Amino acid sequence: MTATATPVLDVERLREDFPILSQRVRGKPLVYLDNAATSQKPRSVIDAVTRFYSAENANIHRGVYYLSERATVAYEAARERVAGFLNAASPREIVFTRGTTEAINLVAQSWGRSALRAGDELLITGMEHHSNIVPWQLLAAQTGATVRAVPITDTGELDLDAFDRLLGDRTRLLAVGHVSNALGTINPVRVLVDRAHARGVVTLVDGAQSAPHLPVDVQALGCDFFAFSGHKLFGPTGVGALYGRAALLEQMPPWQGGGDMIETVTLERSTFAQPPARFEAGTPMIAEVIGLGAALDYVESVGRPAIAAWEEELLACATERVREIDGVRLIGTAREKASVLSFVVEGVHPHDVGAVLDDDGIAIRTGHHCAQPVMRHFGVPATARASFAFYNTRDEIDALARGIRRVRTLFA
Amino acid sequence: MASLSELYQNVILEHNRSPRNYRAMDEADRHAEGHNPLCGDHLTVWVRVDGDVIGDVSFLGAGCAISKASASLMTGAVKGKTRQEAAALFERFHKLVTGTLPAGESTNLGKLAVFSGVSEFPIRVKCASLSWHTLKAALEGGQGNRRAGGPT
Repeated sequence: MTATATPVLDVERLREDFPILSQRVRGKPLVYLDNAATSQKPRSVIDAVTRFYSAENANIHRGVYYLSERATVAYEAARERVAGFLNAASPREIVFTRGTTEAINLVAQSWGRSALRAGDELLITGMEHHSNIVPWQLLAAQTGATVRAVPITDTGELDLDAFDRLLGDRTRLLAVGHVSNALGTINPVRVLVDRAHARGVVTLVDGAQSAPHLPVDVQALGCDFFAFSGHKLFGPTGVGALYGRAALLEQMPPWQGGGDMIETVTLERSTFAQPPARFEAGTPMIAEVIGLGAALDYVESVGRPAIAAWEEELLACATERVREIDGVRLIGTAREKASVLSFVVEGVHPHDVGAVLDDDGIAIRTGHHCAQPVMRHFGVPATARASFAFYNTRDEIDALARGIRRVRTLFA
Repeated sequence: MASLSELYQNVILEHNRSPRNYRAMDEADRHAEGHNPLCGDHLTVWVRVDGDVIGDVSFLGAGCAISKASASLMTGAVKGKTRQEAAALFERFHKLVTGTLPAGESTNLGKLAVFSGVSEFPIRVKCASLSWHTLKAALEGGQGNRRAGGPT
Protein backbone atom coordinates (compact mmCIF):
# COMPACT_ATOMS: atom_id res chain seq x y z
CA MET A 1 0.00 0.00 0.00
CA THR A 2 1.09 3.54 -0.61
CA ALA A 3 2.45 5.57 2.24
CA THR A 4 0.39 8.58 3.19
CA ALA A 5 1.14 11.67 5.21
CA THR A 6 -1.67 10.78 7.60
CA PRO A 7 -0.53 8.67 10.55
CA VAL A 8 -1.75 5.10 10.19
CA LEU A 9 -4.42 4.17 12.68
CA ASP A 10 -3.62 1.76 15.46
CA VAL A 11 -6.51 -0.42 14.37
CA GLU A 12 -5.86 -3.26 16.81
CA ARG A 13 -6.05 -0.85 19.74
CA LEU A 14 -9.16 0.85 18.36
CA ARG A 15 -10.90 -2.51 17.94
CA GLU A 16 -10.64 -2.99 21.71
CA ASP A 17 -13.01 -0.04 22.09
CA PHE A 18 -15.77 -2.10 20.42
CA PRO A 19 -16.90 -4.93 22.73
CA ILE A 20 -18.88 -6.74 20.02
CA LEU A 21 -15.87 -7.17 17.73
CA SER A 22 -14.06 -9.61 19.99
CA GLN A 23 -16.73 -12.30 19.81
CA ARG A 24 -16.76 -15.46 17.75
CA VAL A 25 -19.73 -16.39 15.57
CA ARG A 26 -20.27 -19.89 14.22
CA GLY A 27 -16.98 -20.77 15.87
CA LYS A 28 -14.97 -18.18 13.92
CA PRO A 29 -13.83 -14.66 14.83
CA LEU A 30 -16.50 -12.16 13.78
CA VAL A 31 -15.57 -10.31 10.59
CA TYR A 32 -18.06 -7.47 10.45
CA LEU A 33 -18.27 -6.04 6.93
CA ASP A 34 -21.80 -4.64 6.93
CA ASN A 35 -21.01 -1.16 8.14
CA ALA A 36 -23.10 0.55 5.47
CA ALA A 37 -26.16 -1.12 7.05
CA THR A 38 -25.18 -0.20 10.57
CA SER A 39 -21.94 0.31 12.44
CA GLN A 40 -20.81 -1.17 15.74
CA LYS A 41 -20.69 0.92 18.90
CA PRO A 42 -17.65 1.88 20.97
CA ARG A 43 -17.79 1.41 24.72
CA SER A 44 -17.94 5.19 25.23
CA VAL A 45 -21.28 5.32 23.40
CA ILE A 46 -22.69 2.32 25.26
CA ASP A 47 -21.50 3.88 28.53
CA ALA A 48 -23.03 7.28 27.70
CA VAL A 49 -26.45 5.71 27.14
CA THR A 50 -26.14 3.54 30.25
CA ARG A 51 -24.96 6.50 32.33
CA PHE A 52 -27.90 8.58 31.18
CA TYR A 53 -30.43 5.96 32.21
CA SER A 54 -28.55 5.12 35.40
CA ALA A 55 -27.97 8.64 36.68
CA GLU A 56 -29.45 11.40 34.53
CA ASN A 57 -32.78 10.27 33.10
CA ALA A 58 -35.48 12.94 33.10
CA ASN A 59 -37.57 14.61 30.45
CA ILE A 60 -36.08 17.70 28.88
CA HIS A 61 -37.22 21.29 28.33
CA ARG A 62 -39.86 20.86 31.05
CA GLY A 63 -38.75 20.48 34.63
CA VAL A 64 -37.20 23.07 36.89
CA TYR A 65 -35.55 20.35 38.90
CA TYR A 66 -31.94 19.24 38.88
CA LEU A 67 -32.18 16.09 36.78
CA SER A 68 -34.32 17.66 34.08
CA GLU A 69 -31.91 20.55 33.83
CA ARG A 70 -28.97 18.19 33.51
CA ALA A 71 -30.75 16.13 30.83
CA THR A 72 -31.64 19.29 28.93
CA VAL A 73 -28.09 20.56 29.05
CA ALA A 74 -26.76 17.19 27.84
CA TYR A 75 -29.31 17.05 25.00
CA GLU A 76 -28.54 20.57 23.83
CA ALA A 77 -24.80 19.96 24.17
CA ALA A 78 -25.22 17.09 21.70
CA ARG A 79 -26.89 19.50 19.29
CA GLU A 80 -23.82 21.71 19.51
CA ARG A 81 -21.62 18.67 18.88
CA VAL A 82 -23.59 17.85 15.72
CA ALA A 83 -23.39 21.46 14.54
CA GLY A 84 -19.64 21.39 15.06
CA PHE A 85 -19.30 18.00 13.36
CA LEU A 86 -21.03 19.31 10.22
CA ASN A 87 -19.60 22.83 10.54
CA ALA A 88 -23.10 24.31 10.60
CA ALA A 89 -23.20 28.03 11.33
CA SER A 90 -25.37 27.49 14.41
CA PRO A 91 -26.85 24.68 16.55
CA ARG A 92 -30.26 26.17 15.69
CA GLU A 93 -29.75 24.67 12.25
CA ILE A 94 -29.72 21.11 13.65
CA VAL A 95 -33.00 19.21 14.05
CA PHE A 96 -32.87 15.81 15.73
CA THR A 97 -34.80 13.09 13.92
CA ARG A 98 -35.08 9.32 14.11
CA GLY A 99 -32.58 9.08 11.29
CA THR A 100 -31.90 10.03 7.70
CA THR A 101 -35.23 8.68 6.50
CA GLU A 102 -37.22 10.82 8.90
CA ALA A 103 -35.07 13.86 8.12
CA ILE A 104 -35.83 13.56 4.40
CA ASN A 105 -39.53 13.00 5.08
CA LEU A 106 -39.49 16.12 7.27
CA VAL A 107 -38.15 18.23 4.41
CA ALA A 108 -40.60 16.67 1.94
CA GLN A 109 -43.63 17.22 4.13
CA SER A 110 -42.73 20.58 5.66
CA TRP A 111 -40.76 22.44 3.00
CA GLY A 112 -42.14 20.48 0.07
CA ARG A 113 -45.84 20.71 0.77
CA SER A 114 -45.68 24.44 1.40
CA ALA A 115 -43.33 25.31 -1.47
CA LEU A 116 -44.40 23.09 -4.37
CA ARG A 117 -47.08 23.62 -6.98
CA ALA A 118 -48.45 21.33 -9.66
CA GLY A 119 -46.00 21.11 -12.55
CA ASP A 120 -42.91 21.66 -10.39
CA GLU A 121 -40.11 19.14 -10.71
CA LEU A 122 -38.03 17.33 -8.11
CA LEU A 123 -34.66 16.08 -9.31
CA ILE A 124 -33.15 12.96 -7.75
CA THR A 125 -30.66 10.45 -9.17
CA GLY A 126 -30.73 6.85 -10.33
CA MET A 127 -28.51 5.74 -7.47
CA GLU A 128 -30.59 6.94 -4.54
CA HIS A 129 -31.57 4.79 -1.57
CA HIS A 130 -35.32 4.23 -1.39
CA SER A 131 -35.42 6.75 1.46
CA ASN A 132 -34.37 9.48 -0.97
CA ILE A 133 -36.90 8.35 -3.62
CA VAL A 134 -40.14 7.40 -1.93
CA PRO A 135 -40.65 10.57 0.20
CA TRP A 136 -40.42 12.62 -3.02
CA GLN A 137 -42.85 10.32 -4.82
CA LEU A 138 -45.32 10.76 -1.94
CA LEU A 139 -44.80 14.52 -2.10
CA ALA A 140 -45.30 14.52 -5.87
CA ALA A 141 -48.59 12.68 -5.49
CA GLN A 142 -49.70 15.24 -2.90
CA THR A 143 -48.72 18.34 -4.86
CA GLY A 144 -48.90 17.43 -8.54
CA ALA A 145 -45.13 17.79 -8.89
CA THR A 146 -43.04 15.35 -10.93
CA VAL A 147 -39.97 13.37 -9.85
CA ARG A 148 -37.16 13.11 -12.39
CA ALA A 149 -33.94 11.16 -12.02
CA VAL A 150 -30.40 11.78 -13.27
CA PRO A 151 -29.25 8.56 -14.99
CA ILE A 152 -26.09 6.73 -13.98
CA THR A 153 -23.29 5.40 -16.15
CA ASP A 154 -22.04 1.83 -16.33
CA THR A 155 -19.29 2.57 -13.83
CA GLY A 156 -21.89 3.88 -11.41
CA GLU A 157 -21.25 7.61 -11.75
CA LEU A 158 -23.81 10.31 -12.39
CA ASP A 159 -24.25 11.38 -16.00
CA LEU A 160 -23.43 15.07 -15.55
CA ASP A 161 -24.52 16.06 -19.06
CA ALA A 162 -27.91 14.56 -18.37
CA PHE A 163 -27.94 16.36 -15.03
CA ASP A 164 -27.46 19.70 -16.81
CA ARG A 165 -30.29 18.88 -19.21
CA LEU A 166 -32.65 17.76 -16.44
CA LEU A 167 -31.97 20.78 -14.25
CA GLY A 168 -34.63 22.99 -15.80
CA ASP A 169 -36.89 25.98 -15.22
CA ARG A 170 -39.39 23.83 -13.34
CA THR A 171 -36.86 22.18 -11.03
CA ARG A 172 -37.47 23.21 -7.43
CA LEU A 173 -35.37 20.70 -5.53
CA LEU A 174 -32.26 18.60 -6.03
CA ALA A 175 -32.05 15.63 -3.64
CA VAL A 176 -28.85 13.63 -4.01
CA GLY A 177 -26.91 11.06 -2.03
CA HIS A 178 -23.39 12.10 -1.04
CA VAL A 179 -22.14 8.50 -1.15
CA SER A 180 -24.16 5.69 -2.75
CA ASN A 181 -24.97 2.88 -0.32
CA ALA A 182 -25.18 0.30 -3.10
CA LEU A 183 -22.20 1.36 -5.21
CA GLY A 184 -19.94 3.40 -2.96
CA THR A 185 -19.78 6.24 -5.50
CA ILE A 186 -18.88 9.62 -4.02
CA ASN A 187 -20.97 12.12 -5.93
CA PRO A 188 -19.54 15.56 -6.81
CA VAL A 189 -22.03 17.20 -4.49
CA ARG A 190 -20.35 20.61 -4.43
CA VAL A 191 -20.57 20.87 -8.22
CA LEU A 192 -24.20 19.72 -8.31
CA VAL A 193 -25.21 22.09 -5.53
CA ASP A 194 -23.53 25.04 -7.23
CA ARG A 195 -25.29 24.35 -10.53
CA ALA A 196 -28.63 23.92 -8.75
CA HIS A 197 -28.20 27.12 -6.76
CA ALA A 198 -27.37 29.05 -9.92
CA ARG A 199 -30.95 28.27 -10.92
CA GLY A 200 -32.44 28.96 -7.51
CA VAL A 201 -33.02 25.25 -6.82
CA VAL A 202 -33.11 24.10 -3.17
CA THR A 203 -30.66 21.26 -2.41
CA LEU A 204 -30.76 18.31 -0.05
CA VAL A 205 -27.83 15.96 0.49
CA ASP A 206 -28.45 12.47 1.88
CA GLY A 207 -25.36 12.02 4.02
CA ALA A 208 -26.23 8.66 5.57
CA GLN A 209 -23.22 7.02 3.90
CA SER A 210 -20.83 9.97 3.83
CA ALA A 211 -20.93 11.25 7.41
CA PRO A 212 -19.34 8.04 8.80
CA HIS A 213 -16.48 8.05 6.31
CA LEU A 214 -15.65 11.53 5.03
CA PRO A 215 -15.16 14.88 6.73
CA VAL A 216 -18.40 16.81 6.06
CA ASP A 217 -18.62 20.60 6.00
CA VAL A 218 -22.13 21.75 5.10
CA GLN A 219 -20.99 25.32 4.54
CA ALA A 220 -18.31 24.19 2.10
CA LEU A 221 -20.79 21.88 0.36
CA GLY A 222 -23.22 24.78 0.24
CA CYS A 223 -26.30 22.55 0.48
CA ASP A 224 -29.56 23.75 2.03
CA PHE A 225 -30.28 20.47 3.82
CA PHE A 226 -28.06 17.60 4.94
CA ALA A 227 -29.37 14.44 6.60
CA PHE A 228 -27.51 11.66 8.41
CA SER A 229 -28.13 8.75 10.79
CA GLY A 230 -26.47 8.15 14.14
CA HIS A 231 -26.40 4.38 13.96
CA LYS A 232 -24.17 4.33 10.88
CA LEU A 233 -21.82 6.71 12.70
CA PHE A 234 -21.08 4.43 15.67
CA GLY A 235 -24.01 5.92 17.62
CA PRO A 236 -27.32 4.45 18.79
CA THR A 237 -30.17 3.45 16.52
CA GLY A 238 -33.24 5.68 16.39
CA VAL A 239 -31.44 8.99 16.14
CA GLY A 240 -30.14 11.15 13.33
CA ALA A 241 -30.15 14.78 12.39
CA LEU A 242 -31.22 17.20 9.74
CA TYR A 243 -29.09 20.23 9.04
CA GLY A 244 -31.19 22.98 7.48
CA ARG A 245 -30.06 26.46 6.55
CA ALA A 246 -31.58 28.81 9.15
CA ALA A 247 -33.29 31.02 6.56
CA LEU A 248 -35.15 28.00 5.17
CA LEU A 249 -36.01 26.34 8.48
CA GLU A 250 -37.49 29.60 9.75
CA GLN A 251 -39.93 29.72 6.82
CA MET A 252 -41.00 26.10 7.10
CA PRO A 253 -44.25 25.05 8.79
CA PRO A 254 -44.35 22.30 11.41
CA TRP A 255 -44.75 18.77 10.11
CA GLN A 256 -45.78 17.03 13.32
CA GLY A 257 -47.75 18.66 16.10
CA GLY A 258 -47.40 18.04 19.81
CA GLY A 259 -45.58 19.08 22.92
CA ASP A 260 -42.36 21.08 22.84
CA MET A 261 -42.91 22.53 19.35
CA ILE A 262 -45.35 25.28 20.34
CA GLU A 263 -45.32 28.77 21.83
CA THR A 264 -48.94 28.97 22.92
CA VAL A 265 -51.88 26.63 22.49
CA THR A 266 -55.55 27.45 22.85
CA LEU A 267 -58.36 25.12 21.93
CA GLU A 268 -58.81 27.10 18.73
CA ARG A 269 -55.27 27.65 17.49
CA SER A 270 -51.60 27.39 18.28
CA THR A 271 -48.45 29.31 17.54
CA PHE A 272 -45.22 27.52 16.97
CA ALA A 273 -41.75 27.59 18.43
CA GLN A 274 -38.73 28.73 16.46
CA PRO A 275 -36.55 26.08 14.81
CA PRO A 276 -35.25 23.62 15.73
CA ALA A 277 -37.89 23.04 18.45
CA ARG A 278 -40.64 23.61 15.86
CA PHE A 279 -39.64 20.31 14.24
CA GLU A 280 -39.15 18.23 17.38
CA ALA A 281 -42.67 17.45 18.57
CA GLY A 282 -43.02 15.25 21.62
CA THR A 283 -40.41 13.77 23.90
CA PRO A 284 -37.42 13.06 21.70
CA MET A 285 -34.96 10.16 21.87
CA ILE A 286 -32.96 11.80 24.65
CA ALA A 287 -30.63 8.93 25.53
CA GLU A 288 -29.92 8.28 21.86
CA VAL A 289 -29.12 11.93 21.18
CA ILE A 290 -26.67 11.90 24.07
CA GLY A 291 -25.22 8.65 22.71
CA LEU A 292 -24.84 10.30 19.33
CA GLY A 293 -22.91 13.14 20.93
CA ALA A 294 -20.57 10.55 22.47
CA ALA A 295 -20.18 8.86 19.08
CA LEU A 296 -19.15 12.13 17.43
CA ASP A 297 -16.65 12.73 20.23
CA TYR A 298 -15.27 9.27 19.60
CA VAL A 299 -14.97 9.80 15.85
CA GLU A 300 -13.22 13.12 16.37
CA SER A 301 -10.80 11.50 18.83
CA VAL A 302 -9.84 8.97 16.16
CA GLY A 303 -9.68 11.72 13.56
CA ARG A 304 -11.78 11.94 10.43
CA PRO A 305 -8.89 12.49 8.00
CA ALA A 306 -7.15 9.39 9.42
CA ILE A 307 -10.39 7.39 9.18
CA ALA A 308 -10.86 8.41 5.56
CA ALA A 309 -7.25 7.58 4.69
CA TRP A 310 -7.34 4.13 6.31
CA GLU A 311 -10.69 3.27 4.73
CA GLU A 312 -9.36 4.30 1.35
CA GLU A 313 -6.52 1.83 1.82
CA LEU A 314 -8.94 -0.89 2.92
CA LEU A 315 -11.21 -0.31 -0.06
CA ALA A 316 -8.29 -0.31 -2.51
CA CYS A 317 -6.95 -3.52 -0.97
CA ALA A 318 -10.37 -5.22 -1.01
CA THR A 319 -11.07 -4.11 -4.57
CA GLU A 320 -7.76 -5.61 -5.72
CA ARG A 321 -8.22 -8.87 -3.82
CA VAL A 322 -11.81 -9.44 -4.93
CA ARG A 323 -11.30 -8.32 -8.52
CA GLU A 324 -8.58 -10.95 -9.07
CA ILE A 325 -11.00 -13.81 -8.26
CA ASP A 326 -12.32 -15.46 -11.43
CA GLY A 327 -16.03 -15.11 -12.02
CA VAL A 328 -16.46 -12.07 -9.79
CA ARG A 329 -17.91 -8.87 -11.20
CA LEU A 330 -17.69 -5.62 -9.28
CA ILE A 331 -20.85 -3.50 -9.34
CA GLY A 332 -19.84 0.14 -9.06
CA THR A 333 -16.40 1.09 -10.26
CA ALA A 334 -16.55 4.88 -9.99
CA ARG A 335 -13.27 6.77 -9.78
CA GLU A 336 -14.26 8.28 -6.43
CA LYS A 337 -15.59 5.70 -3.99
CA ALA A 338 -15.93 5.25 -0.26
CA SER A 339 -16.23 2.18 1.91
CA VAL A 340 -18.48 0.01 -0.27
CA LEU A 341 -17.56 -3.01 -2.42
CA SER A 342 -20.58 -4.43 -4.23
CA PHE A 343 -20.10 -7.55 -6.31
CA VAL A 344 -21.76 -10.57 -7.87
CA VAL A 345 -20.32 -14.05 -8.25
CA GLU A 346 -21.10 -15.59 -11.62
CA GLY A 347 -23.82 -18.21 -11.37
CA VAL A 348 -24.27 -17.82 -7.63
CA HIS A 349 -27.10 -15.85 -6.07
CA PRO A 350 -25.88 -13.22 -3.57
CA HIS A 351 -27.88 -14.85 -0.76
CA ASP A 352 -25.89 -18.00 -1.22
CA VAL A 353 -22.67 -15.97 -1.21
CA GLY A 354 -23.83 -14.40 2.05
CA ALA A 355 -24.69 -17.77 3.59
CA VAL A 356 -21.29 -19.26 2.78
CA LEU A 357 -19.46 -16.20 4.13
CA ASP A 358 -21.63 -16.30 7.25
CA ASP A 359 -20.43 -19.84 7.85
CA ASP A 360 -16.94 -18.32 8.08
CA GLY A 361 -18.13 -15.69 10.56
CA ILE A 362 -18.16 -12.97 7.90
CA ALA A 363 -21.12 -10.58 7.93
CA ILE A 364 -21.90 -8.91 4.62
CA ARG A 365 -25.14 -7.57 3.19
CA THR A 366 -26.88 -9.32 0.33
CA GLY A 367 -29.93 -8.09 -1.51
CA HIS A 368 -31.04 -4.98 -3.31
CA HIS A 369 -29.78 -2.63 -0.58
CA CYS A 370 -32.98 -0.58 -0.73
CA ALA A 371 -31.78 0.62 -4.12
CA GLN A 372 -33.84 -1.39 -6.59
CA PRO A 373 -33.37 1.12 -9.45
CA VAL A 374 -29.59 0.59 -9.15
CA MET A 375 -30.01 -3.18 -9.36
CA ARG A 376 -32.20 -2.76 -12.43
CA HIS A 377 -29.60 -0.51 -14.06
CA PHE A 378 -26.91 -3.17 -13.68
CA GLY A 379 -29.26 -5.99 -14.65
CA VAL A 380 -28.86 -7.92 -11.39
CA PRO A 381 -31.57 -8.85 -8.89
CA ALA A 382 -29.24 -8.27 -5.98
CA THR A 383 -25.58 -7.94 -5.07
CA ALA A 384 -23.29 -9.00 -2.27
CA ARG A 385 -21.88 -5.97 -0.51
CA ALA A 386 -18.93 -5.68 1.81
CA SER A 387 -18.72 -2.29 3.49
CA PHE A 388 -15.91 -1.13 5.69
CA ALA A 389 -15.30 0.94 8.79
CA PHE A 390 -12.02 2.13 10.25
CA TYR A 391 -11.94 -0.84 12.64
CA ASN A 392 -11.64 -3.32 9.78
CA THR A 393 -8.28 -4.90 9.02
CA ARG A 394 -6.37 -6.32 6.06
CA ASP A 395 -6.71 -9.77 7.66
CA GLU A 396 -10.47 -9.40 7.44
CA ILE A 397 -10.18 -8.60 3.75
CA ASP A 398 -8.09 -11.75 3.33
CA ALA A 399 -10.90 -13.67 5.06
CA LEU A 400 -13.42 -12.12 2.67
CA ALA A 401 -11.37 -13.14 -0.37
CA ARG A 402 -10.93 -16.69 1.01
CA GLY A 403 -14.68 -16.86 1.63
CA ILE A 404 -15.50 -15.83 -1.94
CA ARG A 405 -13.12 -18.48 -3.28
CA ARG A 406 -14.94 -21.02 -1.09
CA VAL A 407 -18.22 -19.88 -2.66
CA ARG A 408 -16.73 -20.50 -6.10
CA THR A 409 -15.61 -24.00 -5.09
CA LEU A 410 -18.90 -24.95 -3.45
CA PHE A 411 -21.04 -23.79 -6.37
CA ALA A 412 -18.65 -24.84 -9.15
CA MET B 1 -25.21 -26.85 15.22
CA ALA B 2 -26.19 -25.33 11.93
CA SER B 3 -23.95 -26.64 9.22
CA LEU B 4 -23.43 -25.24 5.77
CA SER B 5 -23.19 -28.70 4.20
CA GLU B 6 -26.57 -29.64 5.68
CA LEU B 7 -28.08 -26.53 4.10
CA TYR B 8 -26.41 -26.95 0.72
CA GLN B 9 -26.77 -30.68 0.18
CA ASN B 10 -25.51 -32.00 -3.14
CA VAL B 11 -29.02 -32.58 -4.46
CA ILE B 12 -29.80 -28.92 -3.83
CA LEU B 13 -26.61 -27.72 -5.51
CA GLU B 14 -27.32 -29.97 -8.49
CA HIS B 15 -30.94 -28.79 -8.91
CA ASN B 16 -29.71 -25.18 -8.60
CA ARG B 17 -27.26 -25.81 -11.46
CA SER B 18 -29.78 -27.65 -13.61
CA PRO B 19 -33.31 -26.89 -12.49
CA ARG B 20 -35.98 -29.31 -13.80
CA ASN B 21 -39.12 -28.10 -15.56
CA TYR B 22 -37.45 -24.71 -15.91
CA ARG B 23 -39.54 -23.24 -18.73
CA ALA B 24 -42.65 -21.26 -19.47
CA MET B 25 -45.65 -23.43 -20.34
CA ASP B 26 -47.83 -22.38 -23.26
CA GLU B 27 -50.49 -24.98 -22.57
CA ALA B 28 -50.81 -24.06 -18.88
CA ASP B 29 -54.32 -23.16 -17.78
CA ARG B 30 -53.12 -21.11 -14.84
CA HIS B 31 -50.01 -19.49 -13.44
CA ALA B 32 -49.00 -17.36 -10.49
CA GLU B 33 -46.15 -15.05 -9.63
CA GLY B 34 -44.32 -15.28 -6.34
CA HIS B 35 -42.32 -12.42 -4.96
CA ASN B 36 -40.22 -11.97 -1.87
CA PRO B 37 -39.93 -8.19 -1.46
CA LEU B 38 -37.28 -8.56 1.22
CA CYS B 39 -34.70 -10.17 -1.02
CA GLY B 40 -36.05 -9.46 -4.50
CA ASP B 41 -36.55 -13.13 -5.39
CA HIS B 42 -39.34 -13.71 -7.86
CA LEU B 43 -40.64 -16.63 -9.85
CA THR B 44 -43.56 -17.69 -11.98
CA VAL B 45 -45.17 -21.12 -11.64
CA TRP B 46 -47.28 -22.52 -14.49
CA VAL B 47 -49.74 -25.38 -13.98
CA ARG B 48 -51.89 -27.48 -16.26
CA VAL B 49 -54.65 -29.20 -14.31
CA ASP B 50 -56.27 -32.31 -15.84
CA GLY B 51 -59.47 -32.94 -13.91
CA ASP B 52 -58.21 -32.89 -10.36
CA VAL B 53 -54.66 -33.92 -11.20
CA ILE B 54 -51.65 -31.68 -11.73
CA GLY B 55 -50.86 -32.76 -15.28
CA ASP B 56 -47.84 -30.53 -15.73
CA VAL B 57 -46.02 -27.86 -13.74
CA SER B 58 -43.09 -25.62 -14.59
CA PHE B 59 -41.36 -22.48 -13.34
CA LEU B 60 -38.98 -19.66 -14.22
CA GLY B 61 -37.44 -17.06 -11.99
CA ALA B 62 -34.50 -15.58 -10.15
CA GLY B 63 -33.55 -16.56 -6.66
CA CYS B 64 -30.96 -18.19 -4.46
CA ALA B 65 -29.93 -21.85 -4.67
CA ILE B 66 -32.40 -22.82 -1.95
CA SER B 67 -35.29 -21.12 -3.71
CA LYS B 68 -34.41 -22.44 -7.16
CA ALA B 69 -33.74 -26.01 -6.04
CA SER B 70 -36.92 -26.00 -3.99
CA ALA B 71 -38.97 -24.94 -7.00
CA SER B 72 -37.25 -27.55 -9.17
CA LEU B 73 -37.81 -30.39 -6.70
CA MET B 74 -41.36 -29.21 -6.09
CA THR B 75 -42.26 -29.55 -9.75
CA GLY B 76 -41.05 -33.15 -9.72
CA ALA B 77 -42.83 -33.91 -6.47
CA VAL B 78 -46.29 -32.62 -7.37
CA LYS B 79 -46.56 -33.66 -11.01
CA GLY B 80 -49.23 -36.35 -11.27
CA LYS B 81 -50.55 -35.63 -7.78
CA THR B 82 -54.09 -34.42 -7.04
CA ARG B 83 -54.54 -30.91 -5.68
CA GLN B 84 -55.27 -32.35 -2.23
CA GLU B 85 -52.14 -34.49 -2.30
CA ALA B 86 -50.09 -31.47 -3.34
CA ALA B 87 -51.59 -29.37 -0.55
CA ALA B 88 -50.85 -32.07 2.01
CA LEU B 89 -47.28 -32.35 0.71
CA PHE B 90 -46.80 -28.57 1.09
CA GLU B 91 -48.02 -28.82 4.66
CA ARG B 92 -45.47 -31.51 5.48
CA PHE B 93 -42.74 -29.65 3.60
CA HIS B 94 -43.49 -26.45 5.51
CA LYS B 95 -43.22 -28.34 8.79
CA LEU B 96 -39.92 -29.81 7.62
CA VAL B 97 -38.30 -26.44 6.83
CA THR B 98 -39.66 -24.80 9.97
CA GLY B 99 -38.42 -27.68 12.11
CA THR B 100 -41.88 -28.68 13.34
CA LEU B 101 -42.17 -32.05 11.60
CA PRO B 102 -42.40 -34.90 14.13
CA ALA B 103 -39.32 -37.14 14.04
CA GLY B 104 -39.57 -39.96 11.52
CA GLU B 105 -42.07 -38.25 9.26
CA SER B 106 -39.46 -36.89 6.89
CA THR B 107 -39.22 -40.34 5.33
CA ASN B 108 -42.45 -39.83 3.36
CA LEU B 109 -41.19 -36.57 1.84
CA GLY B 110 -38.97 -38.34 -0.66
CA LYS B 111 -36.31 -36.10 -2.22
CA LEU B 112 -37.80 -33.06 -0.47
CA ALA B 113 -36.12 -34.29 2.73
CA VAL B 114 -32.88 -32.63 1.50
CA PHE B 115 -34.34 -29.34 2.75
CA SER B 116 -34.22 -30.46 6.38
CA GLY B 117 -31.14 -28.25 6.94
CA VAL B 118 -33.19 -25.13 6.23
CA SER B 119 -34.81 -25.31 9.67
CA GLU B 120 -31.44 -24.34 11.17
CA PHE B 121 -31.47 -21.12 9.10
CA PRO B 122 -34.84 -19.49 9.85
CA ILE B 123 -34.21 -16.64 7.41
CA ARG B 124 -34.04 -19.12 4.53
CA VAL B 125 -37.49 -20.63 5.20
CA LYS B 126 -38.95 -18.01 2.88
CA CYS B 127 -36.53 -19.04 0.13
CA ALA B 128 -37.51 -22.68 0.42
CA SER B 129 -41.26 -22.07 0.53
CA LEU B 130 -41.70 -19.31 -2.06
CA SER B 131 -42.37 -21.71 -4.95
CA TRP B 132 -44.86 -23.71 -2.86
CA HIS B 133 -46.79 -20.59 -1.91
CA THR B 134 -46.83 -19.63 -5.56
CA LEU B 135 -48.08 -23.06 -6.64
CA LYS B 136 -50.79 -22.82 -4.00
CA ALA B 137 -51.83 -19.40 -5.30
CA ALA B 138 -52.00 -20.78 -8.85
CA LEU B 139 -54.08 -23.80 -7.81
CA GLU B 140 -56.45 -21.89 -5.54
CA GLY B 141 -56.82 -18.94 -7.85
CA GLY B 142 -58.53 -20.81 -10.63
CA GLN B 143 -57.62 -20.06 -14.19
CA GLY B 144 -55.51 -17.05 -15.08
CA ASN B 145 -52.75 -15.19 -13.30
CA ARG B 146 -52.41 -14.83 -9.54
CA ARG B 147 -49.88 -13.27 -7.26
CA ALA B 148 -48.53 -14.93 -4.17
CA GLY B 149 -47.98 -12.41 -1.42
CA GLY B 150 -45.08 -12.34 1.00
CA PRO B 151 -44.59 -15.98 1.94
CA THR B 152 -44.06 -17.08 5.49
